[in-house]
Amino acid sequence: MPDLDKYSYPPPEERNYIGRRMGRVDGLPKSTGHAKYTYDYNPKGLLYGAFVRCPYAHARITKIDTSEVERMPGVKAVEIVQKPGSENHWAGDEIVAIAAVDEPMVRDAVRAVRVEYEQLPHLVIDSQEPPRNIPPDSSPLSFEDLQDMFRNQVPGTQIVKDIRERGITFKPEEAPLDRMPPDIANAVKSAKQKPPEKKPPTWYKPAAAETQGDVDAAFQASDTVVSEGLYGLPVITHCCLESHGAVSEWTDSDHLLVHASTQYVSGIPGQMAEVVGIPAANIREVQENIGGGFGSKFGPDRWGIYSAKLSKQAGGAPVKMMLSRAEELEVAGCRPSAHARVRVAAKKDGTLTAWDSFGWGIGGPGGGGSPPIPYLIRDRLPNYRVQWTAVVNNIGPARAWRAPNHPQACLITMSALDDLAHKLGMNPLEFFRKNIELTGPRANIYMDEFPIADELMGWSKRWHPRGDKTPGPIKRGLGMAMHTWGGRGHQSECDLTIQPDGSVTIKMGTQDLGTGSRTAILAVAADTLGLTPQQITLLYGDTQYPMSGGSGGSTTIGGVSSTTRRAAVDARDALFAKVALALGATPEQLEAVKGQVRVKGEPSKALGWKEACAKIGAVPINAHGKNLAGRDPLMNSGVGGMQMADVSVDTETGIVKINKMVAVQDCGLIVSLETAESQCYGALIMGISYALFEEKVMDPISGRMLNPNMEFYRLASIGDIGELVVHMMVNKYDSRGVIGLGEPPVISPGAAISNAVANAVGVRVPMLPLTPARVLAALEGQQKGKSA
Amino acid sequence: MSTNDDRSSGLSRREFLKISSIAASVPLVARPRVIEVEGQEVAVHGPGPVPIMLTVNGKRLSAELEPRVTLLDALREHFDVTGPKRVCDRAECGACTVLLDGRAVYSCTTLAIEAQGKPIVTAEGLGAGEQPHPVQAAFVNNDAQQCGFCTPGFTVATKAFLDKHPHSSDAEIAHGLAGNLCRCGTYRGIRGVVAQMTGREPKGNAGTTMIAERSAASPKGGA
Repeated sequence: MPDLDKYSYPPPEERNYIGRRMGRVDGLPKSTGHAKYTYDYNPKGLLYGAFVRCPYAHARITKIDTSEVERMPGVKAVEIVQKPGSENHWAGDEIVAIAAVDEPMVRDAVRAVRVEYEQLPHLVIDSQEPPRNIPPDSSPLSFEDLQDMFRNQVPGTQIVKDIRERGITFKPEEAPLDRMPPDIANAVKSAKQKPPEKKPPTWYKPAAAETQGDVDAAFQASDTVVSEGLYGLPVITHCCLESHGAVSEWTDSDHLLVHASTQYVSGIPGQMAEVVGIPAANIREVQENIGGGFGSKFGPDRWGIYSAKLSKQAGGAPVKMMLSRAEELEVAGCRPSAHARVRVAAKKDGTLTAWDSFGWGIGGPGGGGSPPIPYLIRDRLPNYRVQWTAVVNNIGPARAWRAPNHPQACLITMSALDDLAHKLGMNPLEFFRKNIELTGPRANIYMDEFPIADELMGWSKRWHPRGDKTPGPIKRGLGMAMHTWGGRGHQSECDLTIQPDGSVTIKMGTQDLGTGSRTAILAVAADTLGLTPQQITLLYGDTQYPMSGGSGGSTTIGGVSSTTRRAAVDARDALFAKVALALGATPEQLEAVKGQVRVKGEPSKALGWKEACAKIGAVPINAHGKNLAGRDPLMNSGVGGMQMADVSVDTETGIVKINKMVAVQDCGLIVSLETAESQCYGALIMGISYALFEEKVMDPISGRMLNPNMEFYRLASIGDIGELVVHMMVNKYDSRGVIGLGEPPVISPGAAISNAVANAVGVRVPMLPLTPARVLAALEGQQKGKSA
Repeated sequence: MSTNDDRSSGLSRREFLKISSIAASVPLVARPRVIEVEGQEVAVHGPGPVPIMLTVNGKRLSAELEPRVTLLDALREHFDVTGPKRVCDRAECGACTVLLDGRAVYSCTTLAIEAQGKPIVTAEGLGAGEQPHPVQAAFVNNDAQQCGFCTPGFTVATKAFLDKHPHSSDAEIAHGLAGNLCRCGTYRGIRGVVAQMTGREPKGNAGTTMIAERSAASPKGGA
């Protein structure tokens, strides 16, 4: 890689913005209410769209009558989304789309559509343990099965294994092989083709058990301590404050302008073209700001597509389709649940030896992927057996939720290990430290983090064995958990232009979810060009700018930082070439610092930025930045993080109160320290929220969500969070390059808090959220256990 | 937040619905007529559009709106004042918070018609002219925002909270600002805002701890 040195991030002494607290560059427009979101677009002649939704969790449409609606004044377009005969697999599924001149009108119109259904049996509860005698599905995979696996983020190795073992029912050439990862595409190409098998209907899709070593022998070995437990988390929602939605308008008969609220600006045209019936090149997506996504906003979804279809029918008038709060919570994404019965074994000295688990959870109507348990230690634990059954139920489609599958895997694993540590009579901190080699390549990072977390929480000074002996009803305890995440940057491109008058513009088709990507882009550009962020204009959030990947999986920071660095270095070097002569030096001898272009080591030989740029001539400098995607040395993958929780539990009311949380987090080279810290604080709070409050409560009879509002689908408020401490591993792992941070810190809070509660009250509350009812039930079980 | 106990003496949405169902049974008239409800005289407006005039951020804005239109929808949909956001639409999350006659209210559960004659201030109008309000500047200083969707409502609520509690305690913050919800999790920054505004700390958010400060190679950057 000959260019590596040239593009490497500047060393610490040359960083004025990278890794510093430079202030969020888009802070002011947000706090003054001037920042515009999709929900805020009110173009002239705006129509309002809404859906008729299926009221049943499982039904078949028998009849749709829209005649009354079509006669209603003010109704401008009606589109049937699903025809009679279609089967609906969750309550809230879209049936008919309508656009009208105002919102009350469209709501009236929705009520006037007559749809008849044949109700079918449904299942919306996921906490019941599935039967163990169902054989794994060995039938050949249809293309829909494969799509389900992608949607549910089943690991690639698992997909390849299934394709090889089960065969496929479709022709490989009919599948979009070029859009699949190469190993999966190859597996499809070489798969055995089989006729489709009629599968009996089932709620449960067990996967084949995955095993390593000799599990049974390990559990029976002498000198072994075994802990058993049941652990779980329910389905939760994304609850983006800006609900899902889009505003679409046809600017002429075959050009579409879309404002979709999306985590993937560059990807919207390609996902809409076919269904809307025009080339992707004729679709423009624009988004200035997004009010939360958390993994649920990658596609245009039906609301995006039908805003465009309704607009077309209405002669191109803009149509706004934003979900109501109830719709947002009912249909716009659930994080899959996970439950597991676990047995875990260690030698008496604390050395972990074996894991055995039977787990289940929903993956929406298609089944789904399984959490990577036992978390962190799977690759190196000598003996394990992991069985997983996907519950195919009618709770609604699953969507990626910040760190898909990891909070589930972390809760199940870290709770089980914490219970084992208790049984061994060990301090969990010592127990985790003793087994740290099982975490493999990140063991050294965790070892660096242990003493810092310990100091910040006062763990070693304050930890007590399970069951706070303090008299009175309030019991206090400490818990900890650890996590990892990939987070390698995505493919990203940009154009950086330096004008002869010294103005600098960056164009990049990316998005800032509030994570601070704009701030990071400007930090990198400013440090490379020797300017301040205020001297650089960043244009983003538009498909007219160079493509940038979707903001998911913590891939944005690595992607946009590396592409910005490459463009800025090239543009700066082009500028050096123009001004070298005037400074009596060669381009290689120049540097751009403090608003000057000057000769290295001779600061008196300098030109101000504007003077230097005046030498550019008539044609501006434009550098196109394009990172090297997966093989770019400017970014990396795989972070280590650790969290500790200090809680108080009122054993009379069951109320859990957070006293303090500590997060110690590595993410390689930190680009924007302040927004990185904010990500961690935010993740702790989001974690407190799902640990204590969040649950999509389903009614088994009606199949509907019972709490589709923010009163009963509770989020943590400012009074619920306790003291929060975040420590970023600054300047420690810079050489690893930039690694994403969005997902990692939200993984551990549930487990850390659950462990702290167990430490406080002396008994495990098996299921999140740790509501008063669940805490009291666990305490009651403990009492019964004692008296029995 | 103090929204609920500060509810103006006007009609709540529920009361309005009760009355409007009565109004539906009386003949439509051009100007409000008075009927008796539970022994009290009440003016009946609508159900068709009626002229409504609001004073928003110092500007007088008028439109013909149905009396059932909320202040939030009037601001956003009719006057394009989009700082107040619609999130829960039922007085749970505070993203729609505005000042009505100096007091914080949830504009999603305030009717536009009852907001007439009182000054309305949204996040856009909190500062003086082009200048942000010090609370808004403190939100930037303390990085008390991420996606920013709850932020305009939060800045207004925080301003109203500080007016009432210029020397607020942690307990008062925990209670008084609990009426605004954030999904990204910016509460720590917001505590920093209050700490800064009440002079308890010059800048609330020290961020990464002293251990990090010790190991950082060079001092803080600008901006």
